Amino acid sequence: MTGEAVLDARLCVRRGDFELDADLRVGSGQVLALLGPNGAGKSTALRALAGLEPLSGGHVRVDGRDETTTPVERRPIGVVFQDYLLFPHMSALDNVAFGPRCRGLSKAEARARAAELLDGMGLAEHARARPRQLSGGQAQRVALARALAARPRLLLLDEPMAALDAGTRVDVRAGLRRRLEEFDGATVLVTHDPLDAMVLADRIAVVEGGRIVQQGTPAKVARRPRTPYAARLVGLNLFRGTAEGTEVRLADGGRVRVHEAHRGTVLVAFPPRAVALHRERPQGSPRNVWRLRVDSVERFGDQVRVHLSGQPPLAADISPAALAELGLSPGEAVWASVKAAEADCYPA
Amino acid sequence: MRGRAAGARHRDRGLRVRPGRAPWILLLPAFAGAAFLVLPLAGLLVRAPWPDMARRVTEPEVLSALWLSLWTATAATVLSLLLGVPLAWLLARTEFPGRRIVRALVTVPLVVPPVVGGVALLFVLGRNGLLGQYLHAWFGIGIPFTPAAVVLAQTFVAMPFLVVGVEGALRAADRRYEEAAATLGAGRATVFARVTLPAVLPGVGAGAVLCWARALGEFGATVTFAGNFPGTTRTMPLAVYTAMQSDPEAALVLSLLLLGVSLAVLAALREKWAFVR
Repeated sequence: MTGEAVLDARLCVRRGDFELDADLRVGSGQVLALLGPNGAGKSTALRALAGLEPLSGGHVRVDGRDETTTPVERRPIGVVFQDYLLFPHMSALDNVAFGPRCRGLSKAEARARAAELLDGMGLAEHARARPRQLSGGQAQRVALARALAARPRLLLLDEPMAALDAGTRVDVRAGLRRRLEEFDGATVLVTHDPLDAMVLADRIAVVEGGRIVQQGTPAKVARRPRTPYAARLVGLNLFRGTAEGTEVRLADGGRVRVHEAHRGTVLVAFPPRAVALHRERPQGSPRNVWRLRVDSVERFGDQVRVHLSGQPPLAADISPAALAELGLSPGEAVWASVKAAEADCYPA
Repeated sequence: MRGRAAGARHRDRGLRVRPGRAPWILLLPAFAGAAFLVLPLAGLLVRAPWPDMARRVTEPEVLSALWLSLWTATAATVLSLLLGVPLAWLLARTEFPGRRIVRALVTVPLVVPPVVGGVALLFVLGRNGLLGQYLHAWFGIGIPFTPAAVVLAQTFVAMPFLVVGVEGALRAADRRYEEAAATLGAGRATVFARVTLPAVLPGVGAGAVLCWARALGEFGATVTFAGNFPGTTRTMPLAVYTAMQSDPEAALVLSLLLLGVSLAVLAALREKWAFVR
């Protein structure tokens, strides 16, 4: 990253067998998504940034100021919690005014600022509503307004979309993205949904087992995942192997021919839709051909996903018509082919 | 859909699974238990000298005992709230050496006979007591045998009910709201006043009602520490007991009055806050 980082943190947290060790740097106006499976340590990282989880080592610097040992209530942070945790006995307005009030504004000033923020969120007519009267999307906006009301430099969002039903998610996600773009501090967002990470974040850090295993732009993570977990999230077949020229010998057996020549340990990724299935061994242009076995067949959008075992184990997406034509059933052998040009190869 | 239609048909035919009949071995003692609790109170109602009632409950001695009971029980409840809620917070929200011991000691008055509490209060706050002698020597304050002693005796016996109830409510409250308040810049005192206390208010209310009811009925500690002086320390329970020595019918009237007043107050509170679950 270039320029001054708003957030510069090294988080070491040890709790029983679990150990988190992560370096985070987020610039002004940037959104970093911590993406990972449950129990990977992403929420722990967020709580550590907020000061709710004690660090066993490392540091937290915001705008160059050391906040490692600052009590929670004096950190320049705003947090949107997973279930929003709006105070149930206060109106939306008083929820938003709570932060400014605590930071020393008079009641009238705090309420004026809260009203302005709610207005900006399109919630002016809900200012007097109690949290339980709000829809999920409205509650999220109130929570965001509350977190921003005390003008934090670091905004932390813990699974901001998890409490919403699928129908409203698309709109709410787009709205959240717009509002995050207006925020000029650093934002760290925790999610287990790759779509949230792709849409909301400028950079993604994939967290697994308490470590950041990959960091990059959403496009890069989506195209070139580095771990099986990340590959599954973005829906790619991923293999580790050793390249000699355009041929890659896979660590778990099998070979893949790729387009560009490489040398040494590499990762090979290709999407399931790049895999074609055949009853007879296919002939023709330079491609990878494997004899594999059908494990299972499931519906996947308007396609059918066929899971194949063998060397290498693959997922293939074919049309329902192709499935009917092939007449595949679990346990049967089938030919799978992938063009070398479709297989992306990159250093591990 | 088909499943629901089938279910409806079964219900129409009365084919739904019924729980078994309640067994006699439980029903009999249950009825006996209910009767044992209800009959004595019903007996009060049956034997009451109803025609005479209005005159007898408005006698000045009765009214002064009732007034004394009501205000001392209320004062004891207020005192318990002022001291007990912070104590419950300390026990539920902080970690300090000896916390478990303090918690155990605080609940001792729940199990100690009230008369023992009265004796203990007398030996600490009495004119020759551990603290009482200095209060008397330095400030000229003598607590025993005054209305203040009534309030202290009631507080001693009733406050543990409040502390235990509020501590339970605090432990059950979702602490993530307190964390949310802290991230918004609230110090611990602000978190307590604006987030924790509103969240446990029903628990505090329930504890206060229990505390008030216990204080209203207090007898043993009061009679020991405050004595039984008409007008200054003779609360309703003491008046009932005193009347019983000479005029059982008067005791009956006083008992009914106490019963009526406490039920009325509890019903009013219940309607207002729905404290009692």
